[in-house]
Amino acid sequence: MTNVALEAQQHSVQAHVHDSLASGTAHAKGQQHPIKLYLVVWGWLFVLSTCSYLVDYFGLQGHLRWSLILLFMVLKAGLIVAVFMHMAWERLALIYAILLPPALVLVFVAIMVFESDYTHLLRAVFFAQTS
Amino acid sequence: MAETALLNNVEPPARAGGWRGIAADWSSDQRAFKNVSWGKAMMWIFLLSDTFIFSCFLLSYMTARMSTTVPWPNPSEVFALRIGDKEVPLILIAIMTFILISSSGTMAMAVNFGYRRDRVKTAALMFATAAFGATFVGMQAFEWTKLIMEGVRPWGNPWGAAQFGASFFMITGFHGTHVTIGVIFLIAIARKVLRGDFDVGTRGFFTSRKGNYEIVEITGLYWHFVDLVWVFIFALFYLW
Repeated sequence: MTNVALEAQQHSVQAHVHDSLASGTAHAKGQQHPIKLYLVVWGWLFVLSTCSYLVDYFGLQGHLRWSLILLFMVLKAGLIVAVFMHMAWERLALIYAILLPPALVLVFVAIMVFESDYTHLLRAVFFAQTS
Repeated sequence: MAETALLNNVEPPARAGGWRGIAADWSSDQRAFKNVSWGKAMMWIFLLSDTFIFSCFLLSYMTARMSTTVPWPNPSEVFALRIGDKEVPLILIAIMTFILISSSGTMAMAVNFGYRRDRVKTAALMFATAAFGATFVGMQAFEWTKLIMEGVRPWGNPWGAAQFGASFFMITGFHGTHVTIGVIFLIAIARKVLRGDFDVGTRGFFTSRKGNYEIVEITGLYWHFVDLVWVFIFALFYLW
């Protein structure tokens, strides 16, 4: 009897470990990942920061400048949130609860872009310095 | 015997993933964040609210910059430093960025050593993080001093749009405050780690609860968030 119970128990533990690995959930005792992972991400953050600094150093202008700045910004933010803040290993319920609301800020951005274009138009029409 | 053994060691059933998992987690009439402690969940929710605050600052900066008919001062020139006899654009800001990223790296490793219960390494890495943070604030103070000496005020500056000063002081000031609070938070927790509070179960000063090494990760979440905000400020305010 005991042997059967032990076997069943071991089986369930193995199944659980397998499940948690397969679904990518966190380990039972806190977030444990190899130090090397953090060092690699650290290195990439340095590389990306250098890239975005070089955009300014070489004085790139126009759409190329803005798209590169935004690209490096999003990559850096993604690395920090996913690895350093361990979001990659959390359950989807938390990921969506935290990451979706800030995404809605983009709607606010769109509203304010229209608003400031309008303000700019009014200022240009009525308040621009006449020379 | 066999049955009690089974009951005592029964593993929680594996939870569903994907959309089915989200529905199950949120509809269970219990707690939505299944394997996240309340401390960590509350830190995440606080950071979410802080995200909105910084979003509002950056949005108001965007609105001011887009709607002004006066040219915006060129940050590349405003934040240039003279090294030798050459103007290097944005160099101080670049160094500050690298310092803050390095502090995030040491913090991530501190969390790791915390869960391994390596007190000395955890505390050392947290103190290193705090030192990087203090350096960052020091350099920011230098930057503010330089700009104020050059005549930048919240209501005007020598180079262009008057809103530049207000946006700059508001955004970097609020971020610097966050860094300063983070440094204090880090030193307080590192002291507890070094003293072994989380090994012997000393009760905390405010809630009288016993802490554990998860507080290192929660402190880390706050610190990485400060770094995260700087990523956006660096891109949108200094580089744009």
